[in-house]
Amino acid sequence: MPRLSFAEATRRALAAEMRRDPTVWALGEDLGRGGIFGQYKGLVEEFGPERIVSTPISEACIMGAGLGAALVGTRPVIEMRIADFALCAMDELVSQIAKVRYMFGGQGRASLVVRMPGGMWRNSAAQHSQCLEAWMVHIPGLVVAAPGTAQDAASLLKAAIRCDDPVVLMESKNLWTAEGEVDEDAPPAEFGRARIARAGEEVTVVTWAATVPVVEAAAERSGVSAEVIDLRSLWPWDEAAVVASAARTRRLLVVHEAVTVAGFGAEVVARVTERLGPGALRAVGRLGAPRAPVPFAPALEDALRPTAERVAEAIRRLARG
Amino acid sequence: MDPSPPPAGGPPPNETVRLLAMLRLMLRIRAFEREAVAAMRSGEAPGVVHASIGQEAIAAGVCLHLRREDRVTSTHRGHGHALAKGADARAMMLELYGRAGGACGGKGGSMHIADFAVGMLGANGVVGAGIPIACGAAQGLRLLRQDAVVACFFGDGAVNRGPFLEGLNWAALYRLPVLFVCEDNGFAAFTRTAESTAGAGAAARAEAIGVPALAVDGTDPLAVDAAAADLIAAIRAGAGPRLLHARCYRWEGHTGTDPAAYRPAEEVAAARARDPIRRLAEALIARGVAAAEIAALEAEAEAEMRAHREAARAAPLPDPAAAFADVQDTGAPAPCPA
Repeated sequence: MPRLSFAEATRRALAAEMRRDPTVWALGEDLGRGGIFGQYKGLVEEFGPERIVSTPISEACIMGAGLGAALVGTRPVIEMRIADFALCAMDELVSQIAKVRYMFGGQGRASLVVRMPGGMWRNSAAQHSQCLEAWMVHIPGLVVAAPGTAQDAASLLKAAIRCDDPVVLMESKNLWTAEGEVDEDAPPAEFGRARIARAGEEVTVVTWAATVPVVEAAAERSGVSAEVIDLRSLWPWDEAAVVASAARTRRLLVVHEAVTVAGFGAEVVARVTERLGPGALRAVGRLGAPRAPVPFAPALEDALRPTAERVAEAIRRLARG
Repeated sequence: MDPSPPPAGGPPPNETVRLLAMLRLMLRIRAFEREAVAAMRSGEAPGVVHASIGQEAIAAGVCLHLRREDRVTSTHRGHGHALAKGADARAMMLELYGRAGGACGGKGGSMHIADFAVGMLGANGVVGAGIPIACGAAQGLRLLRQDAVVACFFGDGAVNRGPFLEGLNWAALYRLPVLFVCEDNGFAAFTRTAESTAGAGAAARAEAIGVPALAVDGTDPLAVDAAAADLIAAIRAGAGPRLLHARCYRWEGHTGTDPAAYRPAEEVAAARARDPIRRLAEALIARGVAAAEIAALEAEAEAEMRAHREAARAAPLPDPAAAFADVQDTGAPAPCPA
């Protein structure tokens, strides 16, 4: 299997899907120039400007036009450039895409993908670094996935394109250049199926997206037998896998880059507690960002970052608890 | 740009017959909305309705130039657009009543009427939200090599929202087959258009973006009809998007419960004197149509909508389980615990 970067893995996956299904197309800013992370490189040469559509900087229209095109039977891949910019298109995503099928009584499917590269990357500061997956998971109608490996970046994109529901892909800017082995012929991923990234007995650590490699490294150096669960998709999410692991280890830590307050980690902890009952866990923790915007200066940004050192310390603390 | 085929052949339709069809449609829209407003005010129908009474010539004048495969996006004031595109009036009334068998199974109500079978892609509760959707529908149809146009209705309030700028630029850029229709009824909710909109309005803004526009008196059915015919013909010929700016007047308040005390009675009376239905009826009488024939059309429309209302009163309520259906297949919701 080739080792591919996240960007290249998704580029190849999208190309394969576009060859397979002529109704698949992509729209977003600068796609004809390869996209800002190279994840569309060369695609306009193969598929032409009608299927790799370079758009104006018009996020609301990119999102809304994607919906309109889905309603007449195409399968658009909507590129938001970075997740923060999707905030300019929230009506189109939250009140239109997520609602049409429901409020029209089953008429009209928004079978589309919204790609939202998010998170801290190259000191991009407060408006280019947000992790907003909890917002997305809160909206009925949306499927939300957050790949943490190059294989999943490709397999989840394929699954998203083939899914009849609208899928928001929370890709991680910081992972675009990270490499991993990718089986390009692997079937599309299954939403709601977690990956046990590392087996362990003492602490269950749940994470997704950019913090997957961070947590894996932290578990390695923590000196604790930590089980690392990469959720891969956040709605639906693999509650059963997490509950089973936490029931065994009786210690649960959730790690994400997003702000901890009302982050998706809160949902994970709440559901595990509901399922296992109060008192079933001996120690519970969440490690995310403080409720602060992401600052620019590396010295300041690092103060917020969930580093492997911090995660390892949190694992050790939970193991002692 | 894909070449559009020439218009369907055959002899030109008898103009009087065509205008009678337009009048019948306008009468049906008005009768439907009168019943809808009465149903809401009486408490029989839940929620609110936004009536387009006084604006019927625009929906009818545009949609009569559309084909079944053409698409329409609509607004919160959208009953007329739905009926004009051929949506089922009985299903619409059931929807307003929140009954099983409603156009959206009771999930949408007045503001979200849709009938995809006739190309009606949905009324929308967010001002201007249909504009990007219409652009994308046109783009998708082109990708699928389907020869169809999209008519996108919105009100004068929408021209102050970003999607208007984004969407018109988009449609012009990609030369999409979209007819933008600004129904300028003088009010954005409770506020006069003149108090909220700088400059000369929708048509001038469209021209500035590169979308050719026509402004018409939207209460003059023949003017709307002629303008829509020209604009849609140009769009079908591959000329790219066009905008129709139709000035009109909203007879009712913003919603059926809005007394619209912010405007003088004389102003409303003057608008009613420009009743588009009466204007078209007079034009038809001048063409030799008997007044009795027109009265019969009106009585027929009123009887039809009364019957739909009776049917809606008697229709069963939706199964509560439907509240959990059609959210999503992947990660579908679990019903509330008992």
